[in-house]
Amino acid sequence: MAAISREEVAHLARLARLAVNETELDTFAGQLDVILQAVARVGEVAAADIPPTSHSIPLTNILRDDVVQPGLTQQEALSGAPDAQDGRFRVPRILDEEA
Amino acid sequence: MTTTAPATVEEVVARYEPVIGLETHVELGTRTKMFCSCPTEFGAEPNTQVCPVCLGLPGSLPVANKAAIEATIRIGLALNCSIAAWCRFARKNYFYPDMPKDFQISQYDEPLCVDGYLDVEVEGKTVRVGIERVHLEEDTGKTLHIGGATGRIHGATESLVDYNRAGIPLVEIVTKPVAGAGTLAPEVARAYVTELRDIIRSLGVSDVRMEQGSLRCDVNTSLNRPGAEWGTRTETKNVNSLRSVERAVRSEMLRQASVLDAGGRITQETRHFREDTGDTRPGRSKEEATDYRYFPDPDLVPLAPDPVWVEELKATLPEPPRVRRERLREQWGVSEHDMESIVNAGAVELIEATVAAGTSPDAARKWWLGELARRANEAGVELAEVGATPAHVAELARLVDEGKLTDKLARAVLEGVVAGEGSPAEIVAARGLEVVSDTGALTAAVGEAIAANPDVAQKVRDGKVAAAGALVGAVMKATKGQADAKTVRDLILSRLGAA
Ligand SMILES: [Zn+2]
Repeated sequence: MAAISREEVAHLARLARLAVNETELDTFAGQLDVILQAVARVGEVAAADIPPTSHSIPLTNILRDDVVQPGLTQQEALSGAPDAQDGRFRVPRILDEEA
Repeated sequence: MTTTAPATVEEVVARYEPVIGLETHVELGTRTKMFCSCPTEFGAEPNTQVCPVCLGLPGSLPVANKAAIEATIRIGLALNCSIAAWCRFARKNYFYPDMPKDFQISQYDEPLCVDGYLDVEVEGKTVRVGIERVHLEEDTGKTLHIGGATGRIHGATESLVDYNRAGIPLVEIVTKPVAGAGTLAPEVARAYVTELRDIIRSLGVSDVRMEQGSLRCDVNTSLNRPGAEWGTRTETKNVNSLRSVERAVRSEMLRQASVLDAGGRITQETRHFREDTGDTRPGRSKEEATDYRYFPDPDLVPLAPDPVWVEELKATLPEPPRVRRERLREQWGVSEHDMESIVNAGAVELIEATVAAGTSPDAARKWWLGELARRANEAGVELAEVGATPAHVAELARLVDEGKLTDKLARAVLEGVVAGEGSPAEIVAARGLEVVSDTGALTAAVGEAIAANPDVAQKVRDGKVAAAGALVGAVMKATKGQADAKTVRDLILSRLGAA
């Protein structure tokens, strides 16, 4: 059984605002399935006493002090933006997300 | 079938039981952002408090702010929560330009603080509001919609984004559903947010000002028939004042009851509170069951607060505002109603410090809630920022007690203090405002007043003591208001043999 369905790939593409056509859907569903199946093999060797891992390094509590450091200037911040106006990033209106 | 829409919460509660819930966001007052070292000052030029981390540039790595973690643990402890022994940050993925990363770092199924409560007082009754969770996340940037008529997204063609606010630490506090409040549900909602605000302010971790958005509140409301399961809830956003919290619950109770009375169903939706009309209107309704695809943030290692650290933070908690208010109320000998005025005016600390400097509670209250509150109100500033300090007020009260200033003169001195002219004693000296207590000068002024108003003087001699007011007025005028009216009156009456 496939680890990911064609519909799930279409749903994820929609959430990520990626335009994916029918042929691509078949391709990506197949490729993602191979990846997921490969990763799933880890679960086969992990015994019940091995908890799921979200981080590869066994560290906790990496914190920094509340001290201001210089960041970017407005010009630097906007330098990579496709468009800007009045010191702000200018982006197309996002439809139907909020009313 | 004809139904009359219910007009009062009493009518609603006669048929339905309300259940409310509150989600409150508090912007922390840390110097830097949650995951980067950018400053957090309000009102800076757009995109001048940003860096590769909060702009989501490739290769940047977030590191959590220790002060924000401590503040959140302290809020959790003050709300009687348990602090998680281990928890993680999660990415909340969504497509909207208010976060440049296309996700917001938040906490999902592992909040930092869980399962607490907050007791609030409503009409003499104590209501315990359960706290589901307290978690930490980052604030979003500010979007400005252009091309439309009103700055709203309707009709807009483009959005302009400022990321100065993106990444500022935001604490979310979620209550458990509050059932059983009946007709008091709107008041309970307001009392909860008020108490929460006071607690957070006492912790010194945020300025919690609703009008500036550092405290924001969403209100959930549902109705059910007695004994039935809880009804479908709506979430009201855009509730920007304590009064609005109460009004939002009330208006949703009335609206939902009229829908249900007419045989309709409540739609689970987000509604927006309208400040001008006091009702709510539907906002986003579709929301194809929002799919945020939460997953643990791989760039941030888990938090595992050491119990010793948590105990140390617990030791820093101040006396709870409710306990402190009651203690001060008894010390000052004021009624509950007067104490409420003091709290609402933001005068608790000021009066406390003034009393500590040797002033009587009555005098301290009189100056802070009277003249100074009026001036703060006129200037549109908080009482604490009016320009007078507790030391100033204590000095002023002492001058009045010593008979060196009348109330009227004291008000003039306060005007000088507020204007930054110096301490009361300095202003008295500089403006020559001291009470004329030189009996020689006063006696002369009294003699002149009597000589100038023979008719009035005769009436007083004939026993019409009330007529002396005109002579007192003349003397006060001659001494430019710097004499003590009672002393003047006594002098006049004895001079005219009417004392
Ligand atoms: Zn930054």
